[in-house]
Amino acid sequence: MDITRFKSKGLLIPAVVSLVLLILLATLPLYLAGYTVVLVTTILMYAILTVSWVLFSGPSGYMSLASAAFFGIGIYVGAVLLPNTGQLVPLLVAVLIGGIASGLVALGVGALTLRLRGIYFAIFTFGLVILILELLNWWEHTVSHRRGRFVMLVDNDTIFYVMLGIFVVTILTFFFFRRSKFGLALQGIGQNEEAAAHSGVNVTMVKVLTFALSAVFAGAAGVIWATRLTYIDPYVAFSVLYSFLPVLMAIFGGMGQIYGPVIGAAIFAYLQEQLQTRFPEIYMLIFGFVLIATVLFMREGLVGVVQWVVRKLRRGGSAVQNADT
Amino acid sequence: MQILEGEKVTKYFGGLAAVLNVDFHVDKGEVFGLIGPNGAGKTTLFNLISGAFVPKPGVIKFKGEKISGLKPHKICRMGMARTFQEVKIFGGVPAIQNVRLGALFGTPKSVSPSEATKEAEELLDFVGFSVPKTIPAGGLTLANQKRVEVARALATKAELILLDELMAGLTPTETAEAMGLVQKIRDRGVTVFMIEHVMKAIMGVCDRIMVLHHGEKIAEGTPKEIAASKKVIEIYLGE
Repeated sequence: MDITRFKSKGLLIPAVVSLVLLILLATLPLYLAGYTVVLVTTILMYAILTVSWVLFSGPSGYMSLASAAFFGIGIYVGAVLLPNTGQLVPLLVAVLIGGIASGLVALGVGALTLRLRGIYFAIFTFGLVILILELLNWWEHTVSHRRGRFVMLVDNDTIFYVMLGIFVVTILTFFFFRRSKFGLALQGIGQNEEAAAHSGVNVTMVKVLTFALSAVFAGAAGVIWATRLTYIDPYVAFSVLYSFLPVLMAIFGGMGQIYGPVIGAAIFAYLQEQLQTRFPEIYMLIFGFVLIATVLFMREGLVGVVQWVVRKLRRGGSAVQNADT
Repeated sequence: MQILEGEKVTKYFGGLAAVLNVDFHVDKGEVFGLIGPNGAGKTTLFNLISGAFVPKPGVIKFKGEKISGLKPHKICRMGMARTFQEVKIFGGVPAIQNVRLGALFGTPKSVSPSEATKEAEELLDFVGFSVPKTIPAGGLTLANQKRVEVARALATKAELILLDELMAGLTPTETAEAMGLVQKIRDRGVTVFMIEHVMKAIMGVCDRIMVLHHGEKIAEGTPKEIAASKKVIEIYLGE
């Protein structure tokens, strides 16, 4: 079997499609109304959170609810470094610092907690969100004496392009990580941690570093999101929804393929935006039904449905079936 | 030359000694067997050797270096690999990727992705794996899952391999194949330390055998000596 040829064959079409999509996205502000640009920025933000969540939790099976913590740290870094009274550092430097700050926190937290398994890890990571939220609350209350923070104004197109840049880096990292030996190691850990350890994988290191890597993207996105929010306080920055939505979006989209979390986030964010404006009272209720239906009827998410359809079509097209990989 | 040696290896679970004061050694190049009734402490001893547990007290040395206290992945990279009594494979990934993981991580030096693939394919052929290598390991028969496990262990460039009941649950034909595989592994220059319940198999392939009972070593010797040992017969037949 000629692996290289198979690879180039299998990747050519997705690469072209991604490039076309990227060009379309990059030129979006030129031909679409301001509102659409803002909406797409939101979608990109959720896509970053979801992909970064799947990067670690997907293969490893360690369910992290810390997205809100890492995203919130980014938001706070943004608010501190880019106040409305005048920015302290250039925008992109702030984005970088936000990413690094989240990554470092994840490194510490991961080293402490990644020996916990299953539900204990999930609960701890969720506790982390609350812990940081309350710590900041206390700090703002007793030390800095501020209620909230105003963030400098950045025009929508700039926010969009920065978010798009972070999104592209996140996707590329995800793509290359999955194909790397560390991607394989993380998968091995998810399926049988003991066997992975006895096959030479430094399981603690792989888990902690991947966890930290995934936090970097959430943190970077948080910084630019702060300029979009313009006003933040700890409750806004560390909203627990940012922990749960990425998980839901990942389940909805399906985690088997790279486009699953992206499409999941896109549709989910769009739905949220539409429902929130049209049915503000019951949009979460409708969401609930969509999710229950997803879990009950589409275990593999949208990706599973797409693959099922493709299989059906192929079966109709050719009589000879080869094993689907 | 001794590749593996243990001195007064002991492990308590609560007040119960699962392994007690066991002295043993494995010579380079031999097939060394470990037998004993259920609950004798055989798998616990393997867990102590491979780093899943730490003996307390006791010392285990591999190639002359103390390994007790080291993490499993470190011990693996030194050249020791194992299989498990209840097969432990990565069920959701293709058989070949299971083996590649061993090749990529099991040695101290870095191995390129293409080298790892080539090695994994060779090793799967070596262990007699004859179905498509891209099938997810979880969907394979028990015999093939065990082959994947052995191939993964060999992919780490192990000098010593610990086989925990390789033949348990196999059909007579598969057992014969597994016995042949143990010989082939030894012929590659890999030392074998195996736990086995199938007496015919262990008597046939081992150079030396150690017997554990209630965590203690009660006998050691050639298969002939073990088969003739009154103590061993008493334990197995309850006379």
